[in-house]
Amino acid sequence: MLQKQMHRGFISSFFHILFVLAYFIYLSTSCLAEDVSGQEGPAYGDAIVVGSIGDASNLIPMLATDATSHEIAGLIYNGLVKYDKDLNLVGDLAKSWEIKRGGKEIIFHLRKGVRWQDGVPFTSKDVLFGFKTIIDPKTPTAYAGDFLEVEKAEAPDPYTFRVIYKEPFAPALSSWGDIVVLPEHLLKGKDITKSSLVRHPVGLGPYKFRLWKTQERIELDANPDYFDGRPYLDRYIMRIIPDPATMFMELKAGGLDWMGLSPVQYKRQTNTPFFRKNFRKYKYLSFSYTYLGYNLRHPFFKDKRVRQAISYAMDKKEIIRGVLLGLGVVATGPYKPDAWFYNPNVRRYPYDPKMARRLLAEAGWKDSDGDGILDKDGIAFSFTVLTNQGNSLRDKTAQIIQYRLRQVGIEMKIRQLEWTAFINDFIDKRRFEAVILGWTLGQDPDIFDIWHSSKTGPKQLNFIGYKNKEVDRLLVLGRRTFDREKRKKIYFRIQEILAEDQPYTFLYVPMALPIIHARFHGIKPAPAGISYNFIRWWVPKNEQKYIIP
Amino acid sequence: MGFIVFLLKRILGLVPTFLGITLISFFVMHLAPGEPMSLQADFNPKMTPEMRQRLRAQYGLDKPLYVQYAKWLKGLVQLDLGRSFSPDRRKVWDKIRERLPVTILINVLSMLLILAVSIPLGVRAAVWENSLFDQVTTVLVFLAYAAPAFWVALLLMLLFGIEWNLLPVSGLHSLMGYEQMSLFEKVLDWSKHLILPVFVSAIGGLAGFSRYTRSSMLEVLRQDYITTARAKGLPERVVIYRHALRNALLPLITIMGLSIPGLIGGSVIFESIFAIPGVGQLMWSAVMARDYPVLMGNLVIVAILTLLGNLLADIGYAAVDPRIRTGLQEQE
Amino acid sequence: METTLSSTPIREGKRWQKTLLELCSNPLTISGLVIVGILVFTALFAPVLAPYDPQEIDTFHILEAPSSAHLLGTDGLGRDCLSRLIFGARISLLVGFVAVGIATAVGTVLGALAGYYGRWVDSLIMRFVDIMLCFPTIFLIMAVIAFLEPSIWNIMIVIGLTGWMGVARLVRAEFLSLKKRDFVLASRICGASDLQIVFGEILPNAIAPILVSATLGVGGAILTESALSFLGIGVQPPTPSWGNMLTEGKDNLEIAWWLSVFPGLAILVTVLGYNLLGEGLRDFFDPRKKR
Repeated sequence: MLQKQMHRGFISSFFHILFVLAYFIYLSTSCLAEDVSGQEGPAYGDAIVVGSIGDASNLIPMLATDATSHEIAGLIYNGLVKYDKDLNLVGDLAKSWEIKRGGKEIIFHLRKGVRWQDGVPFTSKDVLFGFKTIIDPKTPTAYAGDFLEVEKAEAPDPYTFRVIYKEPFAPALSSWGDIVVLPEHLLKGKDITKSSLVRHPVGLGPYKFRLWKTQERIELDANPDYFDGRPYLDRYIMRIIPDPATMFMELKAGGLDWMGLSPVQYKRQTNTPFFRKNFRKYKYLSFSYTYLGYNLRHPFFKDKRVRQAISYAMDKKEIIRGVLLGLGVVATGPYKPDAWFYNPNVRRYPYDPKMARRLLAEAGWKDSDGDGILDKDGIAFSFTVLTNQGNSLRDKTAQIIQYRLRQVGIEMKIRQLEWTAFINDFIDKRRFEAVILGWTLGQDPDIFDIWHSSKTGPKQLNFIGYKNKEVDRLLVLGRRTFDREKRKKIYFRIQEILAEDQPYTFLYVPMALPIIHARFHGIKPAPAGISYNFIRWWVPKNEQKYIIP
Repeated sequence: MGFIVFLLKRILGLVPTFLGITLISFFVMHLAPGEPMSLQADFNPKMTPEMRQRLRAQYGLDKPLYVQYAKWLKGLVQLDLGRSFSPDRRKVWDKIRERLPVTILINVLSMLLILAVSIPLGVRAAVWENSLFDQVTTVLVFLAYAAPAFWVALLLMLLFGIEWNLLPVSGLHSLMGYEQMSLFEKVLDWSKHLILPVFVSAIGGLAGFSRYTRSSMLEVLRQDYITTARAKGLPERVVIYRHALRNALLPLITIMGLSIPGLIGGSVIFESIFAIPGVGQLMWSAVMARDYPVLMGNLVIVAILTLLGNLLADIGYAAVDPRIRTGLQEQE
Repeated sequence: METTLSSTPIREGKRWQKTLLELCSNPLTISGLVIVGILVFTALFAPVLAPYDPQEIDTFHILEAPSSAHLLGTDGLGRDCLSRLIFGARISLLVGFVAVGIATAVGTVLGALAGYYGRWVDSLIMRFVDIMLCFPTIFLIMAVIAFLEPSIWNIMIVIGLTGWMGVARLVRAEFLSLKKRDFVLASRICGASDLQIVFGEILPNAIAPILVSATLGVGGAILTESALSFLGIGVQPPTPSWGNMLTEGKDNLEIAWWLSVFPGLAILVTVLGYNLLGEGLRDFFDPRKKR
């Protein structure tokens, strides 16, 4: 067309220049477009807004048990080691380590030049201080267990940390995460529970604390001096929206960039063109499992046959279909199916109400008064299951189980309690009959704290009161064994016993269903999930939404 | 002078009510199974029986009930309501105090909206009694009265927040760029966020108030002095607005005072739905967490605020109606 | 209006007819009556009317829109909404009766005592009323429920125990005016005890405002219960209550409008019905309206 115009002969130079100008503009913008579409490297800037149902409670990692607190604290504090994308242990604050004396001793060589966010250099004194704090009986922490195995810890020089265990302890290495590194210069001699760091943490991680408006939001700024490289995203904002429906509306309205979807939201509400254009969904097996736990001290649940009967009475596939809309897998034991120590060949409990009734009859439960509920010695088989309020998945699970149990003659009542009240009132005081809860899973197969008979005291994790001598022995052995194949056999056997005993009815491993705004690049799903490389996520300059001054 | 005396008498009359509030709150608090303070002791994993006994003595739990009440009352007057049971262990009064302004703001705005809309509506309905206008508004009022407010909230949220994207869906103000806004922009921002909560919060009140206004107005319009005014040849507008309305509004002041607890209480639902950090939401999470100190603290503070609100309504009433000040009004 | 102290049976019949006719003359009242009637009928015959077991879980038909199989759709666990709505009527009816019954009983007794005895009894009781009125109802209920288990009976009792104040004031006002009347004086001269006078003479004459207040109170009780169930501290699933059905509606607002619309509508219509009936009764009893 340009040529035609020129052929017509002397169009005014004005048009000529106009067209040339237009052509240049076209060229330059197409160059820009090319750059943007892939050749441009990561850019700094922008912020990410994350949604959370609950507020954090305490930003010192060892003092809090809720996931939100740990999520925030995890960006502010670092540990000696961490897991990489393939779930291998790699160094974080420790650049290397040596394991000596058959596992009884670990020497960490710490990175030099790392500074706390107030400028003070990080040294081994901080690790030693963190360790002493966590094992101090006055510190109200739930995570002291692994550290009580330590015989001696010392910081011979500012960049070496040496720890000696009473016995070789296989989970030792992985225990030195962000829970145990604290700024000694800010906390020494003070009561940690009353420290300002509870609400204004000072760490040495990729993000610095900026503000915390209770029940509203928590904001973090990128730490420009982070030893592993400044994060690309300038700011991390967590908004607390207690209601999942409201949170989803906020996501759609643009007020949130990242939230965890419920199965319904994932399957039914995020398939429109709007979502496909503006968001990316991910799914992977989450690092947790949900279970129905029995108070083994309760006369109903002392008999193994009763527990097995309940497991037969429910259809786990139905639960996954109904609660997770298929986005999960059946749990057969306390591990994720893709872990190297998962035993696929344990006893299973498919849906078999006839078998359930038979086992219950064997255990002495009959419906002698014709009211539809089984009874024994004049007592009806009716119990209450507790679960934490606000978790609609667990609530639905409870309702399905209730429905199926009713069909074999067991009456189950459901009661929901808020988390802290739940833990304090009922779990710690053992005032429960059954619970529906979940455990988060670590990368190490050691489950001593949950299943060993010594951990049945108040506030300890074996709150159901499970006592099995063989499991005890194997748990101890598993901790002392370093050889992977040998450990595998040990933990395989443990899973067999647990499947047979059914101290829990293991229900399911759900899928994590995060959804993130499409402008964030760098997200690479891996065995560890997607947030392992959060500090390397970035947004192209022209897509950045928030300008941070 | 008479007014001051009246005021003093009123305030003095409040004291027994105040004590009554605290007594009931204390009683409710002791309905709780187990000792109120026991949860604090359980926070420490290594609590020995001796330590437990010492803590009991420290909190005065081993003293008789009336002593405990006196102690609690003393703390109340000093605004020391104890510490929350939740992991942040903050002072109850701090937690309530940081939430009060928001709830009060929304309730005040809500009340203003109610007055602004329901008075004209009620007056019109009364003046044009049994007209189409009256009948239509009556129907609307009935519907508003019967509709569950949280349901309306959700529907409006869906409509205005998502479908039409006109209004923000939750929170008090915009997230990003808020600090850089000018004062005017900030006010605008807050207004946008508050429209839905205030409106939904006002619906029930709107219905009630316009009915009251209407019936009060009707009552007044039947009075002899209105007929007199009309007979005098005064224009209808003057009759209605100068003479009738003033008198019709009097009972409304009392009703206003009485509806304060409803507004504060209703905030629970709106605040959870709209994610507004107010007193109602605090109450709800305290219920869920069985955070007894916060629960009781909230209850008492809110009741006392209502008491003050009623006092203000009384004062307002007295300011408007001289008969009360001079004590000629018969005791109701 | 004719006095009816002595009337022949024929006249009595006509009087009843006249009353009924008057009551029926107001279309709003009729609507109210019809609505309440439908509610009672539905609640009583729920097992017959409901097409499915309201608790029956069917994970193959989760969150399905209204269809010929499920007229009002299904909920998050595949349960039929229509059946749950029908059984939810039972809760609403129960709440209406029990909560309002308690409130009315307590309020009537206290109001009667205050109005009849006057002086310090009156001051004390009215002071108590003032105190109770200072507490936001929902807060008080929530505080109490926090200590107890959330269950429907606890909810109803607590709603009742926090809603008697209006009735008390009303009854007191009635008693204050009625106790000065001649028939009371006559009874006292005849030697009737206080109790006999209060319950035998005055109360029957004060029934009207109590009835009106109770009817109007049902609407409020249902709204309160649904709000509490919506928040999760009222009727617990799987028992269907219109309030807790709305909780699920809220969580699925975008994709399952039927879960929000129908229970909300049910509450609206029911409360409307009671309010219309109450207002109609009030107009009916209002001596100032032309008869």
